[in-house]
Amino acid sequence: MHEVSIIQSMLDLAFDRAESQGANQIHQLNLRVGAISGVVPEALQFAFDSCTEGTIASDAKLEIEWVKAICYCPQCHAEFTPYDWVYVCPRCERLTHEIRQGRELQLISLEVS
Amino acid sequence: MCQDCGCSDIPEGMVKIHAHAHSLDRDHPHPHDHEHPHDHHHEHITLDSDRRTIAISQSILSQNDRLAERNRGYFMAKGISVLNVLSSPGAGKTALLERTMSELRDRLKSAIIVGDLATDNDAQRLRRSGAEVIQITTGSVCHLEAEMIAKALQQMHLDGVQLLAIENVGNLVCPAAYDLGENLRVVVFSVTEGEDKPLKYPVMFKTADIVLISKIDLAEVVEFNRDLALHNIHQIAPQAKILEVSAKTGLGMQDWCQFIEQSLQKSLAV
Repeated sequence: MHEVSIIQSMLDLAFDRAESQGANQIHQLNLRVGAISGVVPEALQFAFDSCTEGTIASDAKLEIEWVKAICYCPQCHAEFTPYDWVYVCPRCERLTHEIRQGRELQLISLEVS
Repeated sequence: MCQDCGCSDIPEGMVKIHAHAHSLDRDHPHPHDHEHPHDHHHEHITLDSDRRTIAISQSILSQNDRLAERNRGYFMAKGISVLNVLSSPGAGKTALLERTMSELRDRLKSAIIVGDLATDNDAQRLRRSGAEVIQITTGSVCHLEAEMIAKALQQMHLDGVQLLAIENVGNLVCPAAYDLGENLRVVVFSVTEGEDKPLKYPVMFKTADIVLISKIDLAEVVEFNRDLALHNIHQIAPQAKILEVSAKTGLGMQDWCQFIEQSLQKSLAV
């Protein structure tokens, strides 16, 4: 359940920024989460609900943009979307570990007032 | 209608519900002339017009990543090669490190940081290998973070140390996301856990530089399908080197120790 740590880090970032911008309330937090970031959206939401209690984000909505994995085949010099956890190039069938997208765990923006 | 106090005649775009805790002069002209009795408290809900977006676009783990880079710089300056050893609970990380440190004792000066939720049992075991050992008890935290390592380093005497092994909390999920500043990620899985472990925990295996199959002395008893396990590791983590070891009988330990010494030379050559 490292989602609690993740949410806490995200809230530290959010509160810091909201405060420096003179916001009194956070209405929404927009996250980008990659398919291979290792976090579970349901667990994030659960951690979010408990960590925001009694804060300026207590009524805030957590909006998660789910980002799929994109790999790169060094042989074909081409990107591809893997079907599952085995990252095999659809052209040359070579396995790759080069990941171009999917590890994201980013706080994109806040909606505040 | 003003939704805080029920008054009407509010210019368009200024409708709010708020606790009146904020100063009324900020963007809030209130162009009406009746009294505002406010002896009650209510929620501070603001409608769209007052909402604004703050763009951030920052990694949530950026703080950890920065500290990890700082640790990495410290290790490089000191000439220390660092292993982050990861596995599920009971895969044999402690036994493996005990044996590794004992075998390398005459050739390398080593230190160990060991993370567990509670107890210093592993630290006590590891001290017998002659290495300096620091225990981090994380309480309820299921993984080690770069900051915990930075704090542990302050208590260690690392002059002359060439190898630092970090035994992470037994967990094949959460520690995957946290860079500690290591040179090598060592993912251990034992023959008793089944050949499909890499398929079940792909995120962790995809971060591995080396996968160690441990407890191979038990392979026959548990009818471990070696070929299938090697195939599964390769499918999920084609980048990872694979070694098979037994901390109990010493099988494979020589190759593993040799690998450590080679990686140490490589990290110092940079």
